[in-house]
Amino acid sequence: MIVLDSVHKSYVTGNNSLHVLKGIDLEIGAGEFVSIMGSSGSGKSTLLNILGILDDYDSGSYVLNGKKIKSLNETKAAMLRNEMIGFVFQSFNLISFKNARENVALPLYYQKVSRRKRNVIAMEYLDRMGLKDWADHLPSELSGGQKQRVAIARALISNPKVILADEPTGALDTTTSFEVMDILKEVNDQGITVIIVTHEHDIASMTRKIIRLRDGVIAEVIKNGDLQMYRDRVLAE
Amino acid sequence: MFDIDRWNEIWHALTKNKVRSLLTAFGVFWGIFMLIIMSGASNGLKNGIVEGVAKFATNSAFIWTDRTSEPYKGFTRGRYWLFNSDDLVYLKANVPELEFLTPKNFGQFGSSNNVIRGRLSGSYNIKGDYPEYVKIDPYTLVFGRWINEMDIRDRRKVCVIGEKVYETLFEAKEDPIGEYLKISGVYYQVVGVVRPETRVNINGRAEESVFLPFTTMQQTFNMGDQVHFMAFTAKKGIPVSVVEEKIKTILKKRHSIAPTDTQALQSVNIEKQFQQISGLFLGIGILTWIVGIGTLMAGVIGVSNIMLVIVRERTKEIGVQRALGARPSTIISQIMLESVVLTTVAGYIGLSLGVGLLELVNKALEMQSKGGDEIFFRNPEVNLNIALASLAVLVIAGLFAGSIPAKRALSIKPIEALREE
Repeated sequence: MIVLDSVHKSYVTGNNSLHVLKGIDLEIGAGEFVSIMGSSGSGKSTLLNILGILDDYDSGSYVLNGKKIKSLNETKAAMLRNEMIGFVFQSFNLISFKNARENVALPLYYQKVSRRKRNVIAMEYLDRMGLKDWADHLPSELSGGQKQRVAIARALISNPKVILADEPTGALDTTTSFEVMDILKEVNDQGITVIIVTHEHDIASMTRKIIRLRDGVIAEVIKNGDLQMYRDRVLAE
Repeated sequence: MFDIDRWNEIWHALTKNKVRSLLTAFGVFWGIFMLIIMSGASNGLKNGIVEGVAKFATNSAFIWTDRTSEPYKGFTRGRYWLFNSDDLVYLKANVPELEFLTPKNFGQFGSSNNVIRGRLSGSYNIKGDYPEYVKIDPYTLVFGRWINEMDIRDRRKVCVIGEKVYETLFEAKEDPIGEYLKISGVYYQVVGVVRPETRVNINGRAEESVFLPFTTMQQTFNMGDQVHFMAFTAKKGIPVSVVEEKIKTILKKRHSIAPTDTQALQSVNIEKQFQQISGLFLGIGILTWIVGIGTLMAGVIGVSNIMLVIVRERTKEIGVQRALGARPSTIISQIMLESVVLTTVAGYIGLSLGVGLLELVNKALEMQSKGGDEIFFRNPEVNLNIALASLAVLVIAGLFAGSIPAKRALSIKPIEALREE
């Protein structure tokens, strides 16, 4: 599904060049449930942006679902994002003046699906998130957990192959965080690849593979048996 | 373009900060409002003046005599002189560029109650005229006819009276034709009543004048072959000033006036006056558009500025939309549409209020002119072309105002937008 081969990325600000990603080799198969961890400055946000086609990289290669992603123009990138990727953000990023249903329907709006049709589909997804009764509420009238569930519904509505979640539980309390993680797990059970960026160990331990970034390179990949040990350690703390 | 989500977004963007949107809209509103008011006012002034002279022959000039200012051929300066009937014959024969040449004589001023009918009387200007005069300064006939060739040939004692004269000396709706008026001691039969079509007055208002056949006037007023005044028009394609100069040279020669004497022969060239007036209105028109467009531009720049601020405020929202798959064209058209909506709505209100105000002024002026007042301001209207042109200017201005912010919105990378907290 996702293949990265020695991806480099640096940011140039004035005379300073900051080398953020220093050769990332990574393979994520279809249906995996992966978390990317790392301290701030480790390059995890940059990696997520590249994976989400929100940013370009300098060298190496990135192949998404068999298609090489490099120097796409904005229109093409927008179409790919719309079809392939669902985004879930830490701060939810719902459109404040649209109600829950309209927010969920937004990706279909960009696909030029008719208003009636996309509203019907949006209701289905809200129902799946248990938010049917909140369809006409504005984001300001929803709790944090509800907002994130709306955001997940929005990410799912265009039937993406990959869900990219940037600190999806960062703004939520523990109980709600676990609820959100349960939902993401369910999503993953349906065969959709889920990639979560987080710095919380307990959240990471709920995924099936942990990729640790340090100073722009992959320092460690924890999976299988190691992961069980990791879980036990996190739970013991 | 016509989907609810898009308009919902525009509505939201513009109403989020209502005071700001209103103030911005006011700039555009005021620009178009001023443009309409100013062009309406200059049109009104133009209509007021042009309507008064519109039917007057524009290729005409008048000429009359004054005292000489230079001694010449043994004559001293300060000599009084007049044209004579032979001049008319000579000029008609020797100036082929002439279309019409009509003489005009005037009765004495200041003779009180010089026109009498029974027990009614009034003081009016007495004028001697030729049939052709109405070709230069047209009159509408209220009753009867204008002076004709037979009146001239036979020196008939007939008269044509102005409408005011009729109203004073006759009962309402009374038929004046065939009635007699005693004018400066002599009886004349009324053959017509006229109303002037222009507001050009030569020696008094035409409504308050009594017109006699020119030859009759020369005889009954003991004027011999004197001619006081001449009006003439040039043939098509020939400038009046050319004819004017030619006539002046001939007349000076025939009456032993120094060729350099500028006082002895006075004239007014209507063609030149018209050119000056239309030049003046062209100037006013250009000024109107410069000031109007300038004000409008200021408003549009205001809109552009506010759109930049709105884009800045919505950076994150735009970022989210782009992450969800909004294409650049969607974002651009959204910003442009917002800008066009803001300018067009504000401009349309300005346009309507401006036109409405002009309409009110027009109504007030019409009431006033019904009262018989002389007004030099009529129909302050803007024509449809100007209104349509301003609407087009508004839409284009809106697109212009939106283009810079739209470009800015597009230059925001989704990641940067999302990172902003």
